[in-house]
Amino acid sequence: MISDAVVELSRFQFAMTALYHFLFVPLTLGMSLLLAIMETVYVVTGKQIYKDMTRFWGKLFGINFALGVATGLTMEFEFGTNWSMFSYYAGDAFGVTLAMEALMAFFMESTFVGMFFFGWDRLSKKAHLTCTWLMAIGTNLSAMWILVGNAWMQNPVGAEFNFETMRMEITSFAEMFLNPVAQVKFLHTVSAGYTTGAMFVLGISAWYLLKGRDTEFARRSFTVAASFGLAVILSTAMLGDESGYELGEVDHVQQMKLATIEAEWETEDAPAAFTAFTLPSQEEQENHLSVKIPYLMGLIATRSLDTQVSGIKDLVEGNVERITRGIDSYVMLQKLKHGEDTPENREAFKGMVDDLGYGLLLTRYTDDIANATPEMVRQAAEDTVPTVWPLFFGFRIMVACGALMVLLLGLSFFKSLRGTEMNSKWFLRLCFLAIPLPFIACEMGWFVAEFGRQPWTISGVLPTYLSASSKTTTDLWLSIAGFAIFYTIFIIIEMYLMTKYARKGPSSLQTGRYHFEQEVRPQLS
Amino acid sequence: MDYAVLKFIWWVLIGVLMIGFAIMDGYDLGTANLLPFMSKNNEERRIMINAVAPHWDGNQVWFITAGGALFAAWPLVYGTAFSGFYWAMLLVLFALMGRPLAFEYRAKVSPKYQKICDTALFFSGIVPSLVFGVAFGNLFQGFGFDLDYTMRSTFTQGFFSLLNPFALLCGLVSVAMLTMQGASWQNMRSGAPIQKRAAKTAKLFALITIATFALAGLWVSNLPGFEVVGNIDISGAANPLNKTVEVAGPGVWLANYSRYPLMILAPAMGFLGAIGVFFLAGKSNQGLTFFCSSATQAGVIMTAGFSLFPFVMPSSLNPNVSLTLWDSVSSELTLDIMTVVAAIYVPLIIGYTTWCVYKMWGRMTAQHLQKNSHSLY
Ligand code: HDD
Ligand code: HEM
Ligand code: HEM
Repeated sequence: MISDAVVELSRFQFAMTALYHFLFVPLTLGMSLLLAIMETVYVVTGKQIYKDMTRFWGKLFGINFALGVATGLTMEFEFGTNWSMFSYYAGDAFGVTLAMEALMAFFMESTFVGMFFFGWDRLSKKAHLTCTWLMAIGTNLSAMWILVGNAWMQNPVGAEFNFETMRMEITSFAEMFLNPVAQVKFLHTVSAGYTTGAMFVLGISAWYLLKGRDTEFARRSFTVAASFGLAVILSTAMLGDESGYELGEVDHVQQMKLATIEAEWETEDAPAAFTAFTLPSQEEQENHLSVKIPYLMGLIATRSLDTQVSGIKDLVEGNVERITRGIDSYVMLQKLKHGEDTPENREAFKGMVDDLGYGLLLTRYTDDIANATPEMVRQAAEDTVPTVWPLFFGFRIMVACGALMVLLLGLSFFKSLRGTEMNSKWFLRLCFLAIPLPFIACEMGWFVAEFGRQPWTISGVLPTYLSASSKTTTDLWLSIAGFAIFYTIFIIIEMYLMTKYARKGPSSLQTGRYHFEQEVRPQLS
Repeated sequence: MDYAVLKFIWWVLIGVLMIGFAIMDGYDLGTANLLPFMSKNNEERRIMINAVAPHWDGNQVWFITAGGALFAAWPLVYGTAFSGFYWAMLLVLFALMGRPLAFEYRAKVSPKYQKICDTALFFSGIVPSLVFGVAFGNLFQGFGFDLDYTMRSTFTQGFFSLLNPFALLCGLVSVAMLTMQGASWQNMRSGAPIQKRAAKTAKLFALITIATFALAGLWVSNLPGFEVVGNIDISGAANPLNKTVEVAGPGVWLANYSRYPLMILAPAMGFLGAIGVFFLAGKSNQGLTFFCSSATQAGVIMTAGFSLFPFVMPSSLNPNVSLTLWDSVSSELTLDIMTVVAAIYVPLIIGYTTWCVYKMWGRMTAQHLQKNSHSLY
């Protein structure tokens, strides 16, 4: 038997390292594209200031990028070290996305990032610009491949279980690649990354404007960030809505996620109301102090006024049936593995293999699945409900951050169009203080997406409980401590350098043209 | 293509990725190993570091790709090895995590912290160089794991038993050859004082490589080895539980060389490359020296792979579940897809990497460093 503690600790470790990796990823995604845009303006207009902008924001990008790489390494190792059963069960399909990511994206991104930093004097303007674009494209491709992988875990299409090898194997790569979940996930996540880049540049530029330093430089950066930012935050919000819609479409596991996000215990008649606030209680399976907005939920989840949104209790009942069928599927698998590998049995197994994953949910309660009691089945079905309140609030925090950013970026855009962004100090201060918003939204988004998938690592196929490596709790405590120590040191150094260079501003380029160098040389503008 | 052929191709390709890693990332790992010993002051350290600066990140992706390809092509090996070598892997990881930070931040912090960066860089070189060799050394002795019918792996072997004498010797081979690779790169790409020292260092490590590699060879011929009894169904579904393996007396690990005499070219290449480095380093042809050193990387890694063939990860606990290239691979369709992708992308990667190295060519000298001080590492 696997111990629950090992599974919990492995989950904790993965969540901690993944969420940490994703502190740096969105900024890399957003900044690399912004850098490419700024440099394009430089090459097209020939204005030196855009080159300085590319180089200065590039410095901040580099500080962030280093940590993105360092923490990405952890992720690459961690599937093998801590989720070896998952790695075996899913490697045939999921592993491919990781290999593709490395071959198609990481090589491009990392090779050209070196050219971006060190190639300024070695390459022609156009060649350098090409390298910058290749870096930005590589970054986005990397997001695409990993999200195809993650989407497959959410909605495992294009693969099926092979009892001879005891794992999932690809049946159609195209289906896997064109997974509808992957498409919305990719668009929502990269837009979230672009938003992060825009908010970062916007906030720091606002700070320079507030201090009245390097105004010319800061205003241009502000304008680029505001116009790019408004476009991408709108697409983030729209595609987020699309993600919600896709959840309702896909399968039981995702529908359960949607129901928990909405704290909807009972199936409501169409059109369902959207719960803006409530205190969900897992034991009583009901909500307290709810504030509801009629119709909205039904619109988000199904885009119609007449389709029902399934509630948690009904979904659990459905899962009781699937687990019961899963027992038969498991029994047939045992026959096939232990001497009764006949054509009839193979045929029979084919018809019931889709429920195998649900049968495996019982491994947490008994080794003898064939004789599982109805109580065990009920318990396993209750397990398919993730804890509601973190999902309910996590989702609302993300959306609230999104709404705030829509307002802020909208205002910034109009102010910069009319050239009035410098007029109000409180507004500039607000822009600066809003820098954490996209980071909070991204972390909450991943938390909702991943925690909402529990108790599965591969939805409906492989329970999290079975996925972990056979390690001891000591191993895990020690490695968690190791990560905690290193990651804490890293974030301190990173924040220190980020602040140091952001404070210095473009003067750090030592061109002699900026604020802190003014005593030395007059400004050439 | 035939499933058996695909399996074989992926055995070759995993080898290619490991060799790519040793040749490319090897020179910056080697540089890191030499950082404290080959430089007298901060400027010299910066010369060494900046001679690899534009490329180290791209090079590291050889390592990541080897990991990703292992996951996709040999999922069972990926899961079993990474979770089995848990602490060795985490050690490598913690060491490697310091590398991007030390490179990127070194020039941005005060001298006191630059010392810490240098230490971090040194560990980021020496720890992986040693651990990879040690891991290979343990493969030859079998690793203490077992598999149940669901392919869940369990282990009896802890971290410290990995550090046995033979494995440590293999660790030395790996440290020596990667350090030689670093020295050969510095010899080719650094300015005066560093270049001279690099030439001498390359010679020294060529000798150490030859000595340790030869010793490891002798030792292997006296180790018991693993052998498949009867035939494996090489075109069958990949399941490592369907065969019998026995542990046989000394010499078994070298049996492949009499079965397939051409395999002898691999160790020959390992030795000849290092001999080449010994005679050429210090002469004017630094490019050829680097080429010879690269040949050694390829030769040594191929020697290990050929000797183990068809094993990839033998089990000392239950030899029957040993993983081989025939029975711990992905499905035929997956290998098909990956083969097409690799056939397109590996040449493309080699192409643009070459372009980048060509564009950045030139020696990193003290003058160049001073002129571009604020934009370099
Ligand atoms: C949506 C985007 C996204 C997501 C979900 C992930 N990553 Fe990531 N990763 C990136 C987007 C990214 C990036 C933008 O491409 C990074 C971040 C900063 C960077 O340097 O590149 C990166 C870096 C990065 C690196 C270093 C690459 C290099 O040396 O250039 C590795 C090995 C990984 N990641 C692996 C993973 C794994 C195994 C993940 C799954 C848990 C993962 N990442 C989630
Ligand atoms: C970088 C962005 C990501 C973040 C922030 C993130 C976040 C999380 C969180 C919070 C958990 C813990 C859930 C829980 O146990 O309650 C988790 C678990 C997990 N995630 Fe993600 N995730 C990310 C990307 C991915 C990707 C891209 C994959 C796969 C391709 C993935 C695979 C997993 C696995 C295997 C687990 C552990 C098993 C589990 O608890 O479900 N994650 N992740
Ligand atoms: C404003 C309205 C928004 C809505 C309706 C929305 C909706 C959603 C939904 C439903 C998911 C879960 C998808 C899944 O589980 O597969 C999600 C995930 C996520 N959200 Fe949002 N979101 C919004 C805003 C934002 C903002 C502003 C950001 C960041 C800047 C953000 C970042 C993320 C991330 C990183 C994920 C995880 C990746 C994914 O599953 O797609 N979201 N969002």
